[in-house]
Amino acid sequence: MAIETVQANRKLDTQAGRQSRIAAVLLVGLSALTAMVFAQVGDGDAVFRLSRASDAIVLPDLAVPAMEFNYIAAGVLAFLGVRLWIRGGSGRISLSLGFGLLLAVAAFLVWATVGKAFSLTGMLQATVVRAVPIALGALAGVLSERVAVTNIAIEGMLLAGAFTGALAGSLLGGWGGIAAAVLVGGLFGLLLAALVVTYRVDQIIAGVVINLFVLGVTSYVSSQVFQEYRFLNNAPVFRVISIPLLSDIPVIGPVLFQQNIFVYGALIMVAVATYYLFYTRSGLRARAVGEHPRAADTLGIDVYRIRYINVTIAGMVAGFGGAWLTLGLVGRFDENMTGGRGFIALAAMIFGRWHPVGALMAALIFGFADSLQQKLALLQTPIPAEFLAMAPYLATIVVVAGLIGVARAPAADGKPYIKE
Amino acid sequence: MEIELRGITKRFGEVVANSDVNLTIRAGEVLGLLGENGAGKSTLMNVLSGLYRPDGGEILIDGKPVQFRGPGDAIRAGIGMVHQHFMLVPVFTVAENVVLGVEPTGPVDFLDLKKARAQVREINETYGLEVDPDEYIENLPVGVQQRVEIIKVLFRSANAIIFDEPTAVLTPQEVTEFFAIVKSLRSAGKAIVFITHKLHEILEVADRISVLREGRIVGEGVPGKTTDLELAEMMVGRPVSFKVDKTPFSPGPVLLDVQHLTVLRENDAVAVNDLTLNVRAGEIVGIAGVQGNGQSELVEALAGVRRVAGGSVMFQGKDITGASARDRHRLGMAHIPEDRQRTGIIAAFTVAENMVLDTYYDSRFSRGLAMDWQAVNQNSAAAAAAFDVRTPSIFEKAGHLSGGNQQKLVVARELNRDTKLLIASQPTRGLDVGSIEYIHKRIVDAREEGDGILIVSSELDEIMSLCDRILVMFKGRIVAEFGAAGRPANKNDIGLAMAGVAA
Repeated sequence: MAIETVQANRKLDTQAGRQSRIAAVLLVGLSALTAMVFAQVGDGDAVFRLSRASDAIVLPDLAVPAMEFNYIAAGVLAFLGVRLWIRGGSGRISLSLGFGLLLAVAAFLVWATVGKAFSLTGMLQATVVRAVPIALGALAGVLSERVAVTNIAIEGMLLAGAFTGALAGSLLGGWGGIAAAVLVGGLFGLLLAALVVTYRVDQIIAGVVINLFVLGVTSYVSSQVFQEYRFLNNAPVFRVISIPLLSDIPVIGPVLFQQNIFVYGALIMVAVATYYLFYTRSGLRARAVGEHPRAADTLGIDVYRIRYINVTIAGMVAGFGGAWLTLGLVGRFDENMTGGRGFIALAAMIFGRWHPVGALMAALIFGFADSLQQKLALLQTPIPAEFLAMAPYLATIVVVAGLIGVARAPAADGKPYIKE
Repeated sequence: MEIELRGITKRFGEVVANSDVNLTIRAGEVLGLLGENGAGKSTLMNVLSGLYRPDGGEILIDGKPVQFRGPGDAIRAGIGMVHQHFMLVPVFTVAENVVLGVEPTGPVDFLDLKKARAQVREINETYGLEVDPDEYIENLPVGVQQRVEIIKVLFRSANAIIFDEPTAVLTPQEVTEFFAIVKSLRSAGKAIVFITHKLHEILEVADRISVLREGRIVGEGVPGKTTDLELAEMMVGRPVSFKVDKTPFSPGPVLLDVQHLTVLRENDAVAVNDLTLNVRAGEIVGIAGVQGNGQSELVEALAGVRRVAGGSVMFQGKDITGASARDRHRLGMAHIPEDRQRTGIIAAFTVAENMVLDTYYDSRFSRGLAMDWQAVNQNSAAAAAAFDVRTPSIFEKAGHLSGGNQQKLVVARELNRDTKLLIASQPTRGLDVGSIEYIHKRIVDAREEGDGILIVSSELDEIMSLCDRILVMFKGRIVAEFGAAGRPANKNDIGLAMAGVAA
């Protein structure tokens, strides 16, 4: 047993060990930032409002003593970091890091709000709203990448959905707008499938082509046609539908149950997609096509047909997500109004590990960063708004750079299948 | 059930893979289909399983002509195929893989996995196969994965089962178990086709033998009447010898000294576990073992392309544990990687460019930022001639060469200089007999020159005929040593050690 002992005592250079050291340094850095910047606020409370006066059940405001809270947060962060460093790979890296980031964000909020009042519920509500297009885009990504078609075209599909939503919504009303947006999204999905499955165009190039095409056409029409005929770009906006009883629950009610049709639609679609992918026959076949198309082919499964169907459905989902921008938010189309949300959606898909629920969670995180930046502009912090606007993208880089562990893409992702 | 192939011809562009092939497959019989790699065995069977459509000829089942538009048609006609590269989805469970394509369902397209599991268990019991329906494929040893493939075929109630090179990835013990399964399938009345290039296996298990060469049936045989040398001659088209000639064993000083080496996989799983070995000048050390027991990671670590997690590697008394691949190359180490397509050559580069992948920076081939293509070309032409790389020109893309010539190109690049140690991983995998003979000769030549050689191979015959010492690797450790100081090499003992049975 002498050899076994030698084994146990030797320190191995493991991947997890390296990751945890990086995470530990990050946590200690956050701790220092919290102690030296966020805690330097003098006496005073940060007041977080949880309810509006009009709510059925009114919760009292949450007053947090700023300096004390932030010193404690810094202490906890330092503890987590040191513990991770000592324990190496055996510490729970993702958990520590996730909790640490949450704590750092809380400390930041406390610092930004001190001496003022801030509506927490309002921000969470905005989080959900802003997560919608990202979640739907990410869901579109999941659906097509699960059958191994890389979908860079999500941005274009969202934009096409937004444009069609505005145009058809102005002419046919809200529901007509949604139907048309879904249809046009589906058509672009079909186009992508035709390009990459039948004609084997490089998947990245096909996606970029669709993005540029949609951007060009919609920008042209909106600047040339919509300027002249303004009634074509004047769509109704879907109102908030409060779900009885559920919407009266404090905090959760306004966040989840006082929303418009797009939020409910996104939640339902995530549920349906999860059932479809993991609990049905078609889902099993779709995943097999994404993991090992040749195996599926040898079992008589039509790889091309399944790719066509899934990518088209993905386009429809993205079309619906795009319609949110016009029919769910502002009622009119502006040039390039998606502003890169389709690419953030791709990041959310990877962060969510190609799972619909994971994608939704990731979208919520990005939505949170987005709404945080919006609300903070109102609080007048010394940080420039442009810097805050970078926050979601910084979060994307940190998150996708692999600190959260290696996500595994469908094995055949991005590879065309050539039938012999 | 009787399947008849009549005049089957299949072309890929100008290459004729099968030419006028006639073959009959009968129920309750094992047909051995023998041929070298590239003889057209797999193409023929892919025609039979509906994956390829023949350009000429017809398939008859019980006397009636049939047309297969895809694998689904062949499956419905009762023909199942166990492919050489398993057609299993690694991230699916056994049950999911078995039912894929013919899934039991409930309402709303619901996938009834409970029923699937029960069906898998039923087949397990009928044919005496033991496989856990809930285990993920990626966690199963290869032998068990093959059983999953067999269950898949049986689940589709196949009457004819084609095995394409079924023993390539199995240990000798697993091969024995596999033959038992084949025999039980035969007595259950299945028609079986067994494709292989291994003579002794076909003699052991087949009832009839057909030999395929260059796409044609060139001969037939019956075990017990036809000898292995006769079959080999039919297969290769000339008389062959199975022996490797080499001088008596007289090792020099230790060249490579590996102490307590530990190497991890990407997911931190231990691949090489506290392994100690050494290689002396003038000896060929072979590492036998079933694929996936850490051999690949060991070779990568020794070649400097994978991080060492613990332990040390010394070369001629110098610590090279953390040395780069280029440093090792300069010290006189040569490396033939296991996957020539992926890591041995760059398929889109020419033969000449591939020849200098390891030395392009040398002052012989480049001046400052510019390459001296004339020198590169001269050197490549000389090396290609010296190592029998058959190519239309040195400007041909390496990817267009045959497997044997690609491998000879790799060997030429690695050995065409003064080397001291050669590390070769699966040096002859998938090659024709001629190329195998040639590469073995080159390896033995290197030994005569006083090089130390470490060979990793899953072909036990290769290890046994080439090596002076044989180490058996199992779960990242050396579990047994044969030859020289250890016990005399014996196929059965080595097989047991490969399966992890304590020796």
